Amino acid sequence: MDFDGLFSNFGELTTTGLTQGAIYALVALGYTLVYGVLRLINFAHSEVFIAGAFAALWTWNGFGLDQNSQVAGIGSILFYLLVAMLVAAIASAGTATVIERVAYRPLRKRNAPPLAFLITAIGASIVISEAFGIWTRRLPQGAPSLVSTKPLFSIFGVPIDAVQLLTIGAALVMMIALDLFINRSRVGRGIRAVAQDANTAALMGVNKDRIILMVFIAGGAMAGVAGLLYDVRIGTLTYSVGFLLGLKAFTAAVLGGIGNLRGALVGGLLLGVVENYASGLFGSQWKDAAAFAVLVVLLMFRPTGLLGESLGRARA
Amino acid sequence: MTSVVDKVRDGRQAVGARWRGAPRWVRWVTLAAVIAFFYALPNPGFYQYLGPIPTTGSNFTQVLFTVSIYVLLAVGLNIVVGFAGLLDLGYFGFFAVGAYTVAVLTSPTSDLKTLWPWLLAVPVAIGLTMVSGVMLGTPTLRLRGDYLAIVTLGFAEMIRIAAVSSEFLKGQRGFNQIPHPPGQYADGRPFFGVLDARPYYWLVLTLIILVVLGVRNLTNSRVGRAWVSIREDEDAAQLMGVPTFKFKLWAFAAGAAIAGLAGALFAGKQNFVNSQNFELLNSIIILAAVIFGGSGNIFGAIVGGGLVAYMIERFRGIELLGIELYEYRFLFFGGVLVLMMIFRPEGLIPNRRRAAEFKDRRKEVTVGE
Repeated sequence: MDFDGLFSNFGELTTTGLTQGAIYALVALGYTLVYGVLRLINFAHSEVFIAGAFAALWTWNGFGLDQNSQVAGIGSILFYLLVAMLVAAIASAGTATVIERVAYRPLRKRNAPPLAFLITAIGASIVISEAFGIWTRRLPQGAPSLVSTKPLFSIFGVPIDAVQLLTIGAALVMMIALDLFINRSRVGRGIRAVAQDANTAALMGVNKDRIILMVFIAGGAMAGVAGLLYDVRIGTLTYSVGFLLGLKAFTAAVLGGIGNLRGALVGGLLLGVVENYASGLFGSQWKDAAAFAVLVVLLMFRPTGLLGESLGRARA
Repeated sequence: MTSVVDKVRDGRQAVGARWRGAPRWVRWVTLAAVIAFFYALPNPGFYQYLGPIPTTGSNFTQVLFTVSIYVLLAVGLNIVVGFAGLLDLGYFGFFAVGAYTVAVLTSPTSDLKTLWPWLLAVPVAIGLTMVSGVMLGTPTLRLRGDYLAIVTLGFAEMIRIAAVSSEFLKGQRGFNQIPHPPGQYADGRPFFGVLDARPYYWLVLTLIILVVLGVRNLTNSRVGRAWVSIREDEDAAQLMGVPTFKFKLWAFAAGAAIAGLAGALFAGKQNFVNSQNFELLNSIIILAAVIFGGSGNIFGAIVGGGLVAYMIERFRGIELLGIELYEYRFLFFGGVLVLMMIFRPEGLIPNRRRAAEFKDRRKEVTVGE
């Protein structure tokens, strides 16, 4: 154990962790939303994320940008980012819709047992990720470096760069938007109603199928933005990264209390930070193992997560 | 279209009914003939007459060994998924534990330098996988089933990460010179050699038969009835006095032990184990095999495991429209999982009671659908 390594890099590890955690949190929202409404772990959500990440990448390629291009001028950078963000969100929401329609809805109609949902989810997840793998010939794809990683300023001696600002900022904005959507809008009220008691909500005139679709779309859009942020932050994208990221995002959702939107934020950030501290302490190859260790320990002692499970209750 | 499906279904049911209605001696003779066929299968003098069945892209005897390992794994996973209704997505992790235990205890390249013979390491491997199953199951089996799925997935990934990055488990370099199983011919040549895969296949086949007999007895006992009751309705089972947690843990441990045995056999045959042998998708393939064959039915699991593993190898080296089919194997099995769950969740050769459960649920109406 390398305590020196942990304490001398404490600041950097924290900021890296928060940035990574913001992406986890965005993906975790999708798990939490679907779980809150359907009591279902949408295993294919990791592929919803991957679809967004690839969509953003291909949008930039469509503009003639590849991994070597440099873009000058804050205006055009913002333009590229916003367009890619929009495309990614739409692509992810579309993927989530397709998954809902093809893999989940037929099972709901047949009143299948919960395990059946999980199995189709795994199947759908493999199909999508393999399709991307075959399409990209299983090679990593490079993203243009739109946002510079030069430190802008420093807090307590820890340098902060534009990528970190963008990631955390975008994640926070998206989450506030989602929170408002769930708590203030008419559809949001429907979502909360279905989460609380689906059959009663249906009797009160809420269109359950439409609400479920909206949940998948909202979660998908969040994952799409997360995909774009991933591209910007990491710079390369391989078809298979979704699996691990999805698993960690799920851990984050459980950590905060699955079904709880604010819990997803807390869980994501916490997991990102813990994971980075663990990599400082034990070496970076153990980073991923740390996330699962957190999950197992958590399920042992507090399976309802830090903030408790709820979407239908007042807290959400 | 529907009528064709119905006809096929009726025909299949007729086959099932005829099998159950046949005299005892007919069933025994058929079974003996099937078993004899599979013992004869790896002999080149036999399989060259079988037309397109032997694989083209790789050595058929080696393929048979791989297939037999998958069948053993499918039989083991069937206990967990099929009988007890627990979704274990990291089943291959237990296989890895078994293989690595044998490797660490027997290989001269391991840090322990114990240099045990293979046969001595096998029970230890089985025991250790069982213990790891209990350790993993204790915190998670009290929770809802879907958590178990994710935690087992995480477990398999953790095993893989440990195999890749721990000094003790040697990562990519792996362990060399793992001893073969003991035994020799009359003239002193070892029975389990390097080149000929047949003895290993026969060994696994024999063990499959033994394991199937054991599992069959188990499922027809109190334990098996407890598993089925847990699968059908856990709350009701608990109310009726079934100690559900205990029996779930048993199912989990029994499944893990069989995977450990398969891992030990694999290590003894391959005599080399490294971190590349344990990709996560393998767990999914075994799950697909069990579901495809018919979870809850031992015979279904055997057929499913055999067919899936065999088809993967059969795809190797075949090109269709300029596409290497082997590349598409996971895509194909992912699709199989989705389609099976939607159209035939009870599998190819279903367990009758389980098929009835699915049918029963379909009739229950929910509001708003």
